[in-house]
Amino acid sequence: MDYDNEMTLSFRAVSANESFARVSVAAFALQLDPAVSEITEIKTAVSEAVTNSIIHAYDNSSGIVHIWCGCLQNRLYIEITDNGKGIENVNEAMEPLYTSKPEQERSGLGFTIMESFMDKMEVYSEVGKGTKVVMEKNIGQCVSNG
Amino acid sequence: MSVSFRNVNDCLVVEIEGEIDHHFVDEVKKSIDTRLMSNDVRNVVFDLKKVDFMDSAGIGMIIGRYKQTVKRGGVTSVACLSDNLKRIMMISGLYRIIKIYNSVEEAAKVL
Ligand SMILES: Nc1ncnc2c1ncn2[C@@H]1O[C@H](COP(=O)(O)OP(=O)(O)OP(=O)(O)O)[C@@H](O)[C@H]1O
Ligand SMILES: [Mg+2]
Repeated sequence: MDYDNEMTLSFRAVSANESFARVSVAAFALQLDPAVSEITEIKTAVSEAVTNSIIHAYDNSSGIVHIWCGCLQNRLYIEITDNGKGIENVNEAMEPLYTSKPEQERSGLGFTIMESFMDKMEVYSEVGKGTKVVMEKNIGQCVSNG
Repeated sequence: MSVSFRNVNDCLVVEIEGEIDHHFVDEVKKSIDTRLMSNDVRNVVFDLKKVDFMDSAGIGMIIGRYKQTVKRGGVTSVACLSDNLKRIMMISGLYRIIKIYNSVEEAAKVL
């Protein structure tokens, strides 16, 4: 696709970068003139995906998280990729309340929140290779329908 | 980002300022639990009026404290939620087990 604009970002998979990642994507999205609530939705979805890479993919050991963003007209495209351990059963992982780490007070809501805050969310994963979360959102739609 | 604690009646009031994510929660969970143990209070009220962002890590933190307080015969509640945070509480279903109050005083009065 021929995007109007694109950006990429790669950073170390450490929790201190979670806010850096979501703020950066939100800043990129500003060119689409989002409402405040849309900025929050984007930040939350990005935070969920990036945190998953840090906690689950790399198990808090070293690794790099990659983000690519694009926009075309009023649609925002986000891909968040890690080269971590991957997900064996994506459908199960995406079920609300499913978590592989209940002992760490995870509640299994990350994917549910990404799905409800974005217009489209897909997960591609291969065990031993890594995971890619693809998200899309139309910006500026909330004016007409409140 | 900052956390401050005070005691009101039988409640440990945890006032948070900033963004609640996994990075923040990892640092703050222990200090809440330590205070809960040492101060001999049974209940926790999260004062979230200065929080403008929270993701699922915040949900985990609140449910985790809920379990801790229930073990001690108390309860955990939240006060002063922005519309954003209310939405997260709804999506997660958290509102079904955690009471939401308009002010800390109201939350503490009930307990
Ligand atoms: N990038 C990833 N790499 C490997 N496993 C992942 C990744 N993202 C998610 N998972 C798996 O999918 C499960 C569900 O993820 P989800 O974000 O919905 O919940 P959680 O992270 O466990 O809890 P929460 O997000 O509520 O703190 C995780 O427990 C984990 O097993
Ligand atoms: Mg998660």
